[in-house]
Amino acid sequence: MASFPFSHGMVLAAALFAIGLAGVMARRNLIFVLMSIEIMLNAAGLAFIVAASRWQQPDGQVMFLFILAVAAAEVAVGLALALRIYQSLRTLDLDAINTMRG
Amino acid sequence: MLNNFCFWFAALVALGASVLAVSRRNAVHGLLWLVLSLLAVAVLFFMLGAPFAAALEVIVYAGAIMVLFLFAVMMLHLGPAAQRQEAQWLAPGVWIAPGLLALGLAADLIAIARLAGDAPAGAGIIPPEAVGAALFGPYVIGVELASVLLLAGVVAAYHLGQRRDRSLGEGAGSG
Amino acid sequence: MPELLWLIPGLPMTGFALLALWGSRLPRVAVSLVGVGSVALSAALSVAVAVSFLASPPADHAYSLTLWQWLGIGGLQADIAFRVDPLALLMMLVITIVGALIHLYSTEYMARDEDYSRFFAYMNLFVGAMLTLVMADNLLLLYLGWEGVGLCSYLLIGFWYRDPANGKAAMKAFIVTRVGDAALAVGLFVLYTQLGTLNLEELAARAPAAWPVGSALAVLTAALLLGGAVGKSAQLPLQTWLPDAMAGPTPVSALIHAATMVTAGVYLIARTHAIFALAPTVLLVVAVVGVVTLFLAAVSALAQWDLKRVLAYSTISQIGYMFLALGVGAWSAAMFHFMTHAFFKALLFLAAGAIIMAMHEDHSIFRMGGLRHRMPLVFWTFLAGACSLSALPLVTAGFYSKDEILAAVWAADGGQWLWVMGLVGAFLTAVYSFRVVYLVFFGEAQKEPAHQPGWRMAVPLAVLAVLALVGGALNLPRSLGNLLLLDHFLEPVFAGLAQHRELTVAQEIHLQLIADVAALGGILVAWLLYRRYRADLAAVADLAVVRNLRTYWLNGWGFDWLYDRLVVRPYESLARLNRADAVDYLVHALARFVAETHRILSRTQTGEVRWYVAVLTCGVVILVAIMVLR
Repeated sequence: MASFPFSHGMVLAAALFAIGLAGVMARRNLIFVLMSIEIMLNAAGLAFIVAASRWQQPDGQVMFLFILAVAAAEVAVGLALALRIYQSLRTLDLDAINTMRG
Repeated sequence: MLNNFCFWFAALVALGASVLAVSRRNAVHGLLWLVLSLLAVAVLFFMLGAPFAAALEVIVYAGAIMVLFLFAVMMLHLGPAAQRQEAQWLAPGVWIAPGLLALGLAADLIAIARLAGDAPAGAGIIPPEAVGAALFGPYVIGVELASVLLLAGVVAAYHLGQRRDRSLGEGAGSG
Repeated sequence: MPELLWLIPGLPMTGFALLALWGSRLPRVAVSLVGVGSVALSAALSVAVAVSFLASPPADHAYSLTLWQWLGIGGLQADIAFRVDPLALLMMLVITIVGALIHLYSTEYMARDEDYSRFFAYMNLFVGAMLTLVMADNLLLLYLGWEGVGLCSYLLIGFWYRDPANGKAAMKAFIVTRVGDAALAVGLFVLYTQLGTLNLEELAARAPAAWPVGSALAVLTAALLLGGAVGKSAQLPLQTWLPDAMAGPTPVSALIHAATMVTAGVYLIARTHAIFALAPTVLLVVAVVGVVTLFLAAVSALAQWDLKRVLAYSTISQIGYMFLALGVGAWSAAMFHFMTHAFFKALLFLAAGAIIMAMHEDHSIFRMGGLRHRMPLVFWTFLAGACSLSALPLVTAGFYSKDEILAAVWAADGGQWLWVMGLVGAFLTAVYSFRVVYLVFFGEAQKEPAHQPGWRMAVPLAVLAVLALVGGALNLPRSLGNLLLLDHFLEPVFAGLAQHRELTVAQEIHLQLIADVAALGGILVAWLLYRRYRADLAAVADLAVVRNLRTYWLNGWGFDWLYDRLVVRPYESLARLNRADAVDYLVHALARFVAETHRILSRTQTGEVRWYVAVLTCGVVILVAIMVLR
């Protein structure tokens, strides 16, 4: 068992989230964007676990489980979409997939 | 002392592995760094008295989801050509704006986290029984919703994964 | 008895509903039965109410009946409630009895019209609305009836809507009276905000307590009410619509534009006399408006060639007499003249209708002539009406009512000048009435009448002729029997008001003699000009100055021309100037602004996910920073 200040855990979660966000914004490859999103989701889960531990309540872990479920569903759909896009457009370049341009 | 060392070590590993995961040119390398990052976070979970969450992190995230990624990478044939393409995309200047924005957000979040004070976390274990009781007690609606969401994900993945020649861009051909 | 009061306006309203919903599917007999029957029943009920009223006068001299609460918003409460005092009862009797006769007449007059049921639906609606107007116990309900009769007037003037001229006349009537109605509405607002009620009884009680005589608010309110009355009763300066309103079917002219609706203004002033009594200035204005109108309209009537327009100007002129009477405080004399006028003017219009029907819808009196022997019934009844209109002494109703007005005017302070004008008007009335009689019934026959009135036209003519002759017996002056039935009947309504000064009997006789001379002189002049020396005067009539003057009077002293220049044309040119509507320009500018902003903003919709994420992050960073730093 470890014990460290609550704020340290939250700072770590924030840093991980920022790293994921930077990845989402910087990468043009759809696969890497999805991976960055995984990091962001994971950071959110970490924040919940830290909070659960801080208050010794199971609710935070329940939220982590929900995040897990969301992440799983997101990855399944996201990867399927990536495959379809690659089949159709022969590229994973996000900047090329701009058919929804206003 | 040891506890603190464990925390700092796991945290540094998680941060470093994440940075590397989002910045690699080779998708498989990136995935491996991501797995490392997830494992480091699982260690943190364990240290925070959440063994059930730590186990799920390893099994579902680092296991199942990453394998899914791996399959996808394999099916997409991301070979040397893709790496050359990545090298072209990932010029150092590309990182400036996203990095600044991410730093801004991190600064915001850290400022909020500092407000939380220095109350200790990880004082005790929250056993899986408690989590299970909460899941199927007050959160049972959420569980049902999550199951519906997963079902929708399965249906959507199946539908999208069907092999068809109809292309998104040109809309030509037939299944 | 009071519990049946609602039936009196209710029956014609029901008739309207029946005819409006199923009229086109009913056979004509059924339409006639509903149309005439409802009004006739309501007339019978009115008579029954009057009998019971006279037999056992109720406490405070009025029947009251509250049906239900109409509006209750804060302090404003208006009920669908009737209050029948002698004044209202007199109006009800005239409206329903004359109305029933005119409905009966219409069954023959309109027999060949394809919109038979529509006509009776409108007529029934009119009678219902008019009864609501006179029976209302608060000004809001009165206003409802007021607008209702205005609507019916509009609908019936434009009854033959296939001719655009009729539609224009209807719109003119509606818009010109609307000017007055707006004034009336503002008057109601002032009354409510100042006195906190619209109930007529409470108003009569509160107004004298709240406002001293001649105070600004009393004058303002009375002036606004007068504005409404002037519009509805076609008095100066809003008289221009009534001659054009003759575009409607003749029974409509008889019922609405002679006997009942146009006298609503007179009724309104009589009804709110408590407020007018507080504003002597406005009362003087009422008298002056009346006297000027009666003079101008009488002169105009002399120059008309259209039979119905003669009668229309005559109506304006006679209502001028009523206003004159109201202005000098001779309230019951005004109502007396209203009653006799309803009889003889409805009679004249109905007779004119019979003539016009016989002449194939030709209105020109110069193309008639010699009808005395060809249409004897119409001749005799028209003659009765014309005599009554000219106030032929002793034997006609018009004599007694006009005489009472003139006597009251003479007795009023400084009334001598008004009396002289009224006398000139009486003289002119006799001239134009008998001008029509001589031109239409005497002289060379020009056309054979195509239609002789059947019993449904003859009965109303005969009944109204009798009423036009003997109706004066209700109020015999002191010099001639002193039987002031109507004055006594109306006394409770106008009690407590400064009545006009009483004249001595000798003075009354003198005034009567002078008025007699004026009336008989007028008839004599008409005989000289239009019968005896008509051929010799043709040369005079052809003089340029006479012709111009005649054209000027024919057009009603050029009021239409004046209003056209003053109001209509400036408005039209303003509308032309503003064809590219300034308001539209604003709206379009807004649309252009939105379109332009859209064009700029749509540039941001690049379709690139990374761009969206970056923008989203910017927003989040800024918002969270604000949250943190605050």
